[in-house]
Amino acid sequence: MAEQTKSKWNGFSLRPRKEMPEGLWMRCPKCEHMLYRSAVEKNLNVCPECSHHFRIEAATRINYLVDEGSFQETLPDMTTHDPLGFKFRGTTYKQRLKADEKKSGATEAMRIGKAFIMGRGIILAVMEPNFLMGSMGCVVGEKLCAAVDMAAEQKLPLVVVSCSGGARMHEGVVSLAQMAKTSAAVARFGQAGGLFISVLTDPTTGGVTASFAMLGDCTIAEPGALIGFAGPRTIAETIKVELPEGFQTAEFMLEHGFVDMIVHRKNLRNEIARLIDYCQT
Amino acid sequence: MPDGHNNINSGDHLEFEEKIADLDRQMGELRKLSSTKGIDYSAEIRKLRQKQVAELKRIYSNLAAWQTVQVARHPKRPILSDYLNLMVKDFRELHGDKCHGDDRAIVTGLGHIGREKVLVVGQNKGRNTKEKVTCNFGCPNPEGYRKALAKMKFAEKFKIPVVTLIDTPGAHPGIGAEERGQAQAIAANLARMSLLRVPIVCVVIGEGGSGGALGIGVGDRLAVLEFAYYSVISPEGCAAILWRDGSQAPAAAEALKLTARHLLKLELIDAVIPEPLGGAHRNIHDTVYNVEKYIVRTLRDLKRTKIENLLENRYRKLRLIGSSPTEKLRRRTQAGRERIKAAVEAVTSKTKKIPAKV
Repeated sequence: MAEQTKSKWNGFSLRPRKEMPEGLWMRCPKCEHMLYRSAVEKNLNVCPECSHHFRIEAATRINYLVDEGSFQETLPDMTTHDPLGFKFRGTTYKQRLKADEKKSGATEAMRIGKAFIMGRGIILAVMEPNFLMGSMGCVVGEKLCAAVDMAAEQKLPLVVVSCSGGARMHEGVVSLAQMAKTSAAVARFGQAGGLFISVLTDPTTGGVTASFAMLGDCTIAEPGALIGFAGPRTIAETIKVELPEGFQTAEFMLEHGFVDMIVHRKNLRNEIARLIDYCQT
Repeated sequence: MPDGHNNINSGDHLEFEEKIADLDRQMGELRKLSSTKGIDYSAEIRKLRQKQVAELKRIYSNLAAWQTVQVARHPKRPILSDYLNLMVKDFRELHGDKCHGDDRAIVTGLGHIGREKVLVVGQNKGRNTKEKVTCNFGCPNPEGYRKALAKMKFAEKFKIPVVTLIDTPGAHPGIGAEERGQAQAIAANLARMSLLRVPIVCVVIGEGGSGGALGIGVGDRLAVLEFAYYSVISPEGCAAILWRDGSQAPAAAEALKLTARHLLKLELIDAVIPEPLGGAHRNIHDTVYNVEKYIVRTLRDLKRTKIENLLENRYRKLRLIGSSPTEKLRRRTQAGRERIKAAVEAVTSKTKKIPAKV
């Protein structure tokens, strides 16, 4: 049984699809242990048995990361104006947005704001994996640029927690251009001497990895996170070769020199605070 | 050939060009007849030719998005090597990223376009099978992007403008590419190109596939050939992801608004470079000439601008993409107001100085 589920793609990662039944119990997709849900939640959504990091939504992430109640959100209601009028086979982009809004409770795939981590002020941007796979459209681009501007203006470090499937195809070249736009904004910020800490969580792929996520002064990854440019399924289909074990994980990226460190979720606050201290002049 | 149809053989017609193929066949037969039997059919041929031109005009003035994609992928479409041969004088190729290797999918080198010294960075697809394999079908690996960046830094040092010619289905998705950091290489290019202190002109000459195209596509001006396309994802990929059905690519192409005309309307590109009647593959020389004309004119304009202003404009233009229409308007008027204010201040400060001296 275990083997059967293991060989399946879920279109996003090589690991078997996560089954999250609504209830008291849940199964860890990595070690297959049955876990008590509240115990996992108490453990920062990390499997107590194998320390598999579950995907978490933006609100939970913010709670875990910043000092209690310190997050002040900016531009919370920004929504896309659907630049292409995307429609395909009767389903419009707007309908899709509404459906995902209902499902995830978020209005867009990124939340930005000012916050404190262990008393140190930061500008925080967190991506929402449940909203259209956390894809980057014009709102994500705008919000990230706004966060960069805020950080530059207030001379605060910028912390971005990426979690995305890439550029949002419903917005066509507009979302492709967001890659250039965010990269340019981050580059300017870096030139002005700002500190940018990029945190990569499961999954960070496509246009987000190929733009701001990889441009951090310091890049931190969560253990086991899928990080890469092309999705594993795309690669497997293109080159028709079975992918090696552990391909495109955080550990793989560390080994190949694209990530500064891998940090367990419980230590993330500490590490970010320490980095900020080192970089403060 | 006498009628200027120098590049198209019987097998090169696309599926929506049936009528044209038919007319080509008829003309060929008449020509054969006139040469073997010595009868003059030139009047008939001319009539058929006129009919064909009318038909071409009808088809190409009204191409669907998917048909445009097919034209952009036409095997006879001019590729980078044609541009290098016909447009760039005294081309000196510079190889290697000085780090890992020399990617053949991206070609970089110095040359002259018109009277202008430039660094050409282009993606090459290859013409025949052997070339295509060495060029990896125009899908660059990370070392290609790093090579491009290294040469662009070199050009920046000596104030040589950069011209990039984009023609790729996308960056290569492979194990090696991931190991060597495809994402990081593209990200680094995006960041650095936005700060590069020389004018950059980008032209999409064929396929502009996603991050692979954008990786050398950040600059002061972005132009797309009339029947080239520029998209966030290939239509096949979009259909496969959204509807799990790759055969829906034509509909996806329509939805993605990836043709030059749509992109210009959405203000995502600066110009559409016209192609000769019936697409670039029907007349390579004219196509290259149009591209050259655009590049020369644009470079002349860009060189007049101070580099600080150029960078500021480059950044502003990027920042405006994707902001809501009202926000766009607000920022534009604000920028205008600032410019007027600065100009007024400059004038008043000058006039103030004169009486002080007296």
